[in-house]
Amino acid sequence: MFATVGGSGGSAIGQRLSGFENPRSSNSGNKNRQRVQGRGSNGVDDDDDDDDDDKEQDDDGRGEGLDAWERAYADERSWESLQEDESGLLRPIDPQTFHYAQYRRRLLLRSSAEQESSSLRIQKGLIRYLYIVIDLSRAAGEMDYKPSRMAVVAKCTEAFIKEFFDQNPLSHISLVTIKDGISQCLTELGGNPESQIKSLMGKLECSGDSSLQNALELVHGYLSQIPSYGHREVLILYSSLSTCDPNDIMVTIEKCKKAKIRCSVIGLAAEIYICRYLCEETGGSYSIALDQSHLKELLLEHAPPLPAIADYAIGNLIRMGFPQRGVDSLISTRSCGEELKVGMGYTCPRCYARVCELPTECRVCGLTLVSSPHLARSYHHLFPIPTFKESSDPAPTSNLYQKSRRMCFACQQDLVNQGSNNKSFVDVSCPKCKQHFCLDCDIYIHEILHNCPGCESQPHSKNGLNNK
Amino acid sequence: MDNESTLSTIYSEDVSLMVVILDINPLFWTSVNSNTNSLTFTKFMDQFLPLLNSVLLLNQLNEIVLIAHGINSCGYIYNSSMENRRGGKRGPAFFAEVSEKLKEFMEADCLHRKGAKSTSTIVPSLLSGSLSLALCYIQRVFRSRPIYPRPRILCLQGSPDGPEQYVAVMNAIFSAQRSSVLIDSCVLGLNSAFLQQASHITGGVYIKPQQLDGLFQCLSMVFATDVQSRSFLQLPKPAGVDFRASCFCHKTTISMGYICSVCLSIFCKRHKKCSTCGSDFNRPNSNSKSSPVQKSKRKLDDR
Ligand SMILES: [Zn+2]
Ligand SMILES: [Zn+2]
Ligand SMILES: [Zn+2]
Ligand SMILES: [Zn+2]
Ligand SMILES: [Zn+2]
Repeated sequence: MFATVGGSGGSAIGQRLSGFENPRSSNSGNKNRQRVQGRGSNGVDDDDDDDDDDKEQDDDGRGEGLDAWERAYADERSWESLQEDESGLLRPIDPQTFHYAQYRRRLLLRSSAEQESSSLRIQKGLIRYLYIVIDLSRAAGEMDYKPSRMAVVAKCTEAFIKEFFDQNPLSHISLVTIKDGISQCLTELGGNPESQIKSLMGKLECSGDSSLQNALELVHGYLSQIPSYGHREVLILYSSLSTCDPNDIMVTIEKCKKAKIRCSVIGLAAEIYICRYLCEETGGSYSIALDQSHLKELLLEHAPPLPAIADYAIGNLIRMGFPQRGVDSLISTRSCGEELKVGMGYTCPRCYARVCELPTECRVCGLTLVSSPHLARSYHHLFPIPTFKESSDPAPTSNLYQKSRRMCFACQQDLVNQGSNNKSFVDVSCPKCKQHFCLDCDIYIHEILHNCPGCESQPHSKNGLNNK
Repeated sequence: MDNESTLSTIYSEDVSLMVVILDINPLFWTSVNSNTNSLTFTKFMDQFLPLLNSVLLLNQLNEIVLIAHGINSCGYIYNSSMENRRGGKRGPAFFAEVSEKLKEFMEADCLHRKGAKSTSTIVPSLLSGSLSLALCYIQRVFRSRPIYPRPRILCLQGSPDGPEQYVAVMNAIFSAQRSSVLIDSCVLGLNSAFLQQASHITGGVYIKPQQLDGLFQCLSMVFATDVQSRSFLQLPKPAGVDFRASCFCHKTTISMGYICSVCLSIFCKRHKKCSTCGSDFNRPNSNSKSSPVQKSKRKLDDR
């Protein structure tokens, strides 16, 4: 038995205390809002401007509607909703400004990484083969995450899988668990999010030790079989603080590096040396989650395709079919799944077999079948819109219909100072079309829409996919 | 945003926010004019404006936003919630105001035009810009109120699709799908593959009216109903959507083809290099054993 035990518990705690770098309040802005309000009634002035923020709905609905005295204090890190200003005074964090600052940092980070990796050509690993390794050792039963680490991991993984397939429609995921020192493949590589989530939820028990090496060996075995154009990735959600391995794990890491498998780890406890080493060697990323919302955020960072490392996967042409949706009302049986279904479906253009869902592989001739919208879902990764610049000068009023008020080009929101203590900028402008946008639209445009409304409202220059 | 707070709590499922996207492509409307099957812009407005009015009358909390796009610009024309605050007009005054604004917008759009392009071919109008504006506006409504009206988008499109907008239009469609916004479409010119996909993916209705004289009836029967009531109606069924792809090299529709593994560009036959991302497909790898053999053969033939 060779056991590598590492861990510097200090690092996570250190991060926890470092003032502004506070991911706890990032995703669930609502929770903070509640806190700020609660304090407001105790003396600190509560601005009227907050009114419309409070009404904002939040899907992350924990802690909602609770008053300060109703919440459990064990859970409460009230100091985290305070922020130090220039003069050293403590004041409540303005959740909106804070949320925006976080987004901004994320965006800048992404765009700089992109420039660095591909100054010449945009290349992204769009066809990914991802193994998600979930640690279900004894440590996953810890209750520092509510209700337990593994329950939180499962919940976040569910959200991640959905987001992953939304962004990478042609990619594949497989789930692997580590339990009792043995690693086991829970689901085969596949493109169906529902079945993956279902089988994960059914297997949520933890026991024994965790073994990083066994998991890597298993995944390495599977990943060496995939086609050469695919990007091989492993994402490990690691609860435990040690690994209990049969042989030398360094050899295994070297093997993964040779097989061009990118390994990333998200730790739930504290930093472990062997995990950092693994990630650094294989080109992955290593991060430690501080709490549930931070874990979700870290996980979702792995959803968009990463810039492709030039020789990690070889460019290749893949033969694919684009089946048409059958409009005939004939009773037809399809070969997918166990049971035979009746009704609408798609026809494989090569062998005329029936399939019911896309994307898939034809069961008869093996042709990959997709529809053109599936491909189009990935195109925005290739044509990113420029990062908007912060601007403090007044928006020009060139448009006849925008009168003399300054407003957001996209949503017509007035661009006046809405925030209470908002001394910073209030709007951003696109470097290409010079239109001004409000901060909310900025987030929406870059995170979800992927179109600059200003640039799209001008006659197109040569930037489309179909233009050469 | 101040007076709304009292009103907004009453909004519910059967209240609609309808964002209407109107194509005012001057080239399209002038070309229609010369055709025999004529629907002039003024005639069209006579059929179209009553639709807006009737949606507003169906429920006093209903809202309408009108966005127009031409060949050079996109812009907001009318917003009923803003007008209401100023003591909104109804009836003839409302018609006059909207058509006046549209006329102004159309003239400005023509002025913008750089250089004299031949008017024989219709330049595609900026559908992607209007869709993006509409979605941003809907997001603003989402975040500014606790209970918001059910949003949907109605596209009235005349000019043909612009292939260079493909990526942007698809992005807009997926964002609409994500926030469950329906996109209804009514095409007055040729069938639009963009809008067919938009309506199919988001669950909206796509129609191409046969007779443009009775346009109002068609519009009011199909598009005035709110999303909830649609399940009770027999709405026109889509006649199969073509999801086949067209190759990037010739723009022909294909049912089988090759895809670049790096950027997912579609080609109808094997290429040596990807024209979109520049990947070289001739690098030796285990999957393409056949190509080196062919190459050596060709070399032998040359000699
Ligand atoms: Zn087949
Ligand atoms: Zn805005
Ligand atoms: Zn722009
Ligand atoms: Zn071609
Ligand atoms: Zn390519």
